[in-house]
Amino acid sequence: MTRIPIVIDGRTVEAEPETTVAAALLNDGIWGFRSSVESEPRGPVCAMGICFECRVTIDGIPHRRACMELCRPGMEIETGG
Amino acid sequence: MTRRSHPDVVVVGGGIVGAACAWYLAAEGLAVLVLDAGFPGGGATGAGMGHLVVMDETEAQFALTSYSLELWTALANELSADCQDEPRSTLWIAADEEELALVEAKAEFYHRRGVAAEVLSSSELAGEEPELRPGLAGALHVPGDRVIYPPAAARWLLDRAVEKGAAVQTDCRVEEIGSGWVRTARGEKISCDLVVNAAGPEAPRLTSGLPVEPRKGHLAITERYPEFCRHQLVELGYLKSTHTEAADSVAFNIQPRATGQQLIGSSRELVGWDLSINRRLLAAMIRRAFDYLPRLAELQVIRVWTGFRPATPDGLPLIGPWPAIDGLWIAAGHEGLGITMALGTGRLLAECMVGRQPSLDPAPYEPARLES
Amino acid sequence: MAETLKTEVTVVGAGPAGIAAACRAAESGARVLLLDENPRAGGQIWRGTRCGRGPAGARRWLARLSDSSARLVDTTAVVDTDGDGGLLVERRGEALVVEGERLIVASGARELFLPFPGWTLPNVLGVGGGQALLKSGVSFRGRKIVIAGSGPLLLPVAAALATSGAHLRLVAEQAPAHRVHGFALSCWRYPGKLIEATRYRAAFLATAYRTGVWAVAARGDDRVEEVVLTDGHRSWTEPCDYLLASYGLVPNLELPRLLGCAVDNDRVTVDDHQLTTVDDVYCAGEPTGIGGLELALVEGEIAGLAAAGRDREETALAGRRRRLERFAAALAHAFAPRQELAERVEVDTTICRCEDVAWKQLHPAGSFRQAKLATRVGMGPCQGRVCGPALALLRGWEADRVRPPLRVSTLGVLASRSKGPAGH
Repeated sequence: MTRIPIVIDGRTVEAEPETTVAAALLNDGIWGFRSSVESEPRGPVCAMGICFECRVTIDGIPHRRACMELCRPGMEIETGG
Repeated sequence: MTRRSHPDVVVVGGGIVGAACAWYLAAEGLAVLVLDAGFPGGGATGAGMGHLVVMDETEAQFALTSYSLELWTALANELSADCQDEPRSTLWIAADEEELALVEAKAEFYHRRGVAAEVLSSSELAGEEPELRPGLAGALHVPGDRVIYPPAAARWLLDRAVEKGAAVQTDCRVEEIGSGWVRTARGEKISCDLVVNAAGPEAPRLTSGLPVEPRKGHLAITERYPEFCRHQLVELGYLKSTHTEAADSVAFNIQPRATGQQLIGSSRELVGWDLSINRRLLAAMIRRAFDYLPRLAELQVIRVWTGFRPATPDGLPLIGPWPAIDGLWIAAGHEGLGITMALGTGRLLAECMVGRQPSLDPAPYEPARLES
Repeated sequence: MAETLKTEVTVVGAGPAGIAAACRAAESGARVLLLDENPRAGGQIWRGTRCGRGPAGARRWLARLSDSSARLVDTTAVVDTDGDGGLLVERRGEALVVEGERLIVASGARELFLPFPGWTLPNVLGVGGGQALLKSGVSFRGRKIVIAGSGPLLLPVAAALATSGAHLRLVAEQAPAHRVHGFALSCWRYPGKLIEATRYRAAFLATAYRTGVWAVAARGDDRVEEVVLTDGHRSWTEPCDYLLASYGLVPNLELPRLLGCAVDNDRVTVDDHQLTTVDDVYCAGEPTGIGGLELALVEGEIAGLAAAGRDREETALAGRRRRLERFAAALAHAFAPRQELAERVEVDTTICRCEDVAWKQLHPAGSFRQAKLATRVGMGPCQGRVCGPALALLRGWEADRVRPPLRVSTLGVLASRSKGPAGH
């Protein structure tokens, strides 16, 4: 199957088909997905939509759960928000 | 520590009004005991928005809100960080030319009384709040208003009262108030010289004939969207909705919190002691906000809650002695302005109770005016 | 106004219980809508099951589902009841109202997380969380992994990680040896379970599986780099790239509680037909008591048949349910979190991850609601789903009342209603 081009913090990378945004970020070596209220780095914990720790901005929309979204071609992901 | 057996004053209710009364009474040197049925700030105070706002529907309302706001502003450097106190001006939004005329009258009213306020044109309003829909007529900008986190402010006031010798008892529900005594749900009778009924919406349960009824409101709060709105926005029609005789009403009101969250109100309904979410009214309230801020529909909402405002027939609080029971004082019935009015209420009540020259004319707030 | 979908039976949750319920109800002739928040059916346990991939039982049930007339509505979260027997749901940012004559709640479970120093570092995951990430495409090849959690889930997750090429350093079960062994002995009645466990264990033989061991702290700079473990007598450090630390499951009770279903001791009260205390609302799977896959399937089948009016066909299933319930009780006893897990919390340990509320801030509070108003604990987007069960264990606090939105949703969706003036 063809790989899916996505944009992570301005860089284009290729994700495997059927991977979630969370998986694509971890595979890209990113573990701090967001910055907490007290500015600590946070990443996925439950990976099933419960904990909201993996929030990133997707296509300009903030607070999206990376674990609940499958990668789509051209998707723009911003971390660290 | 206060004599638990026979305090000078028992304050019933540790919400923000009771806490302010306790503070000012303790500052007068009285031995104060505060009794709260649950935990301080857990009632109407915890459900409120925390908009510290000057209001001008009547002279008496203006007098108490503007005086209270002065007192809050003077405390700004002392309040603890968790009170989230910050200056946050209000924009009273005029949707059309008719409302703009009201805005101009409102500005005139404020100017005559020395309160800063300026009329914004349609384009100035759009510049201040780009998310507002185009075509609104203008707004009144009131720069002196503030935001506070009410339950934390109530705790802070109680802590100050305790520093001045007051005692606070939580989980202590009062069942009955008499002349010089209160009886708790545990059957304990506490004697005292004076009692203040500051039980908010519960006040009439303890003082029969008190013209206060619970007026339910809904609030919704979003995820963090700092900069979505910069001011506290209120539609001018808010004033109409607060006085409507209809069973229920909604008005647009949004408040940016220090956290970056957007707090959305407001609704009013008289349904007795039913705290459940009225889904139809909640939807109407939120859609009313979309009329002003269309992109609000895309924001994520985390939580919705309801609370009771203690409403009186003439929209003014009850502050002063209760004629039917010797030694009983009332500080209740602030409807949606309890947070703003708390400090003015506490101070005025304490001054009257100790016989000092009051800072405001107490007559418009005296409970006897509404005695049936 | 939201589009309205009408059906006879609505099933919420497309995990094993929901799939079994949807299949049985649809095969009995009922019109069925099956809602799930995820893009694919299968729930957590069958996540990533596709043609030619995943356990045979999962593939069988998923094939049965797609052969049935039940319609899967994926990527769909329940936001609220519409106050009129229907559900307000969000699908890809749009509101829908689902009006069914009967509702089967199969909302599943989530992991129990318990705070300890360092648990907020990136790459400290749930055990199921690690499994979910693996199934959703994360490569753990060559990564040093320590699993320090509890329950039977440890075995399949360890097996899957080892098979995927991860460098699994230790699998630590917090439950003491005598409980785990006692449980294993009691499994003679369920030979399938033992065979399964043995097969999983065989997949990670190079790694130690230790009972009576738990993590007391995670350390690292901007992610976990090592974990401090203890057996209660001796503490030591293991380097790791990932730490998987969670302690079994807690049921998702928010929807049944919002619907007004009676809940007792963290279980939705149901009768022999899986009917809750609310008319026409059934419940199956973990919300009626954590019981695992087989029990979820049986309960789902019973609920599906009952909701389709085929109560009499349930009899054959009732015996299986009773047997599996005994197994579930033994499981809960064996893997109950030990007291020491609650004692790991230090004054500065974060309790609420959404709002960064530390343990010391919570101390004066006497209830969850009081703590919320005082500290913002539980007021973030997870709506207390992580810190709530932890505080139930640490402080004995009951969950606060459930109000809409059941899940964070857009204001646009929450303000959508099918009907105008229809009351509360």
